[in-house]
Amino acid sequence: MLNPQLYLNQNIFESSVEKQPTRDGFGKALVKAGEENKNIVALTGDLKESTRIEEFANKFPERFFEVGVAEQNLITISAGLANSGKIPFASSYATFSPGRNWEQIRTTVCYNNTNVKIVGAHAGLLTGPDGATHQATEDLALMLSLPNMKVVVPADYYEAYQATLEIAKINSPCYLRLSRPKIPVITTEKTPFEFGKIQTFWISNNPQVTIIATGSMVYYSLIAAKELEKQGLETEVINCSTLKPLDKEEILKHLKITKAVVTVEEHQAHGGLSSLIANLITTNFLIPQEIVAINDTFAESGEPEELLNKYGLNVPNIKKAVLKARDRKV
Amino acid sequence: MSNKKLKIEELEKLAIEIREEIIKMLLEAKSGHSAGSLGVVDILVALYFNILNYDPKNLNLEDRDRFVLSNGHIVPALYAVLAYAGFFDKKELYSLRKLNSRLQGHPHRGSLAGIEVTSGPLGCGLSQAIGMALAAKLDSKKYQIYCLTSDGENQEGNFWEAMMFAGKHKLDNLTMIVDRNNIQIDGFTEEVMPLEPLKEKYEAFNWQVLEIDGNNISQVIEACNTSRAIYEKPVAIIAHTIPGKGVSFMEFDYTWHGKPPSPDEAQKALKELRTLKGQIETE
Repeated sequence: MLNPQLYLNQNIFESSVEKQPTRDGFGKALVKAGEENKNIVALTGDLKESTRIEEFANKFPERFFEVGVAEQNLITISAGLANSGKIPFASSYATFSPGRNWEQIRTTVCYNNTNVKIVGAHAGLLTGPDGATHQATEDLALMLSLPNMKVVVPADYYEAYQATLEIAKINSPCYLRLSRPKIPVITTEKTPFEFGKIQTFWISNNPQVTIIATGSMVYYSLIAAKELEKQGLETEVINCSTLKPLDKEEILKHLKITKAVVTVEEHQAHGGLSSLIANLITTNFLIPQEIVAINDTFAESGEPEELLNKYGLNVPNIKKAVLKARDRKV
Repeated sequence: MSNKKLKIEELEKLAIEIREEIIKMLLEAKSGHSAGSLGVVDILVALYFNILNYDPKNLNLEDRDRFVLSNGHIVPALYAVLAYAGFFDKKELYSLRKLNSRLQGHPHRGSLAGIEVTSGPLGCGLSQAIGMALAAKLDSKKYQIYCLTSDGENQEGNFWEAMMFAGKHKLDNLTMIVDRNNIQIDGFTEEVMPLEPLKEKYEAFNWQVLEIDGNNISQVIEACNTSRAIYEKPVAIIAHTIPGKGVSFMEFDYTWHGKPPSPDEAQKALKELRTLKGQIETE
């Protein structure tokens, strides 16, 4: 069942479930953060409207900088601003930032340890018809490998809102991963959010497998868990929105009980959530892990749902992975 | 400013001392960049002992001028100047590039007081300086941001992204000094990837351009002062320097871009510096 302590959206399993993009949550929260702290500034690389930084730009024009199509400049100017006490949020599409400007992020943000917030919109397959050039499926690997970087992937609109407010308060380089289309809203305004902490969205009396999902995949994992329950298999679904720092101790507590894990992410299987969890279990206690992720391939143009289905990021595959993980238990 | 302004003769004398120090540091480190480090000494001495407002005892002084070193590989020169300016003990200079040292091979902000930005990978210092210039304007601060870049790094895309932005925003609190020594790792800049006409390119990006002899301390000081008086435009000072300046066998030789002197070469270099290439007899 849905964890009653988290005030999750009770309509989540209905076809009428409310849908909103995570980028909208970011845009709204950035305005609020800007109202609360005058040191917050925003920059974009010619993607003001689509990264939803426009409302901030309109409200605080003097604190907004249009950098043009220049992602390397976007990040390095942000590093300079942060060096002088500003809190820059720099938005672009994830393939370009943190894609094209990775070395600048490494040197001037991470090694330099400047308080820059990198906002990568249009991440993952959900980007859809624009095709593989615009579907960032490697960005988490790029960001998770960098010392000093913190990484958060909101599961829905409200989480994107809260995560934006939270990272504005953390004095550290941060990467916020957002997606393009409207996706189901699974939390509510009342759902608590704590940066760096996992939350168990689906709970059972006697879970046999732990499903750890991040971002847009949390929704599909919840549907899989509900269907599996009907079939008599109890699971739990953890929303792991902060990938770095990873909430290792809490995750291990869960895995010690279920002794089987499935990771689900809209990202390549290498270097993202699945790698984090694999590292965690191999250095603690070995249990079976199944991976639902993109399998070392570029995708293509298509509608978001079509792409998720074609590349295996769907409910049937999550269920299959859960059964496999359970069956591999010693 | 906190440090008293030195006179030209004093600055010139100090520049020789700093060059000797660089030779000794590179000899001790057994690696590092000789030519560029020696070439920019006059610029750095002019900045730290005449132009910049700073206080080595109060690193967070809000109104300090900012110095951004973009071409991080010439950091031995900056370390030596910082030590002589009182940021840390001169003895520490010989820990350059060694394990557990604060003097990293390329500058790291978190490691050493006085280093304003981390740099080394080329082409991203100017845009960091731009971020600082924007912040200063937002906060209505009057300090100046100086950025030293190499000429070779003008080949980076990030550099021109920055040039475009600074021109658009008329960042008159930003002064870029270009170390125009004509060499880079693989050869002469005009052979590797021609940069000229540099002045016209900068002007086309809406910058004010000054051109000076970068090994002439008076000219460096004058140009920096002029740059502060120019409004509505960022200023580029093209400083023509001699790579390896002061050591005859290093001057103009691009093979000295990225290597240190051997003990014999260091001996010879120090002798040349002390005798001004044989012009004076006593060392």
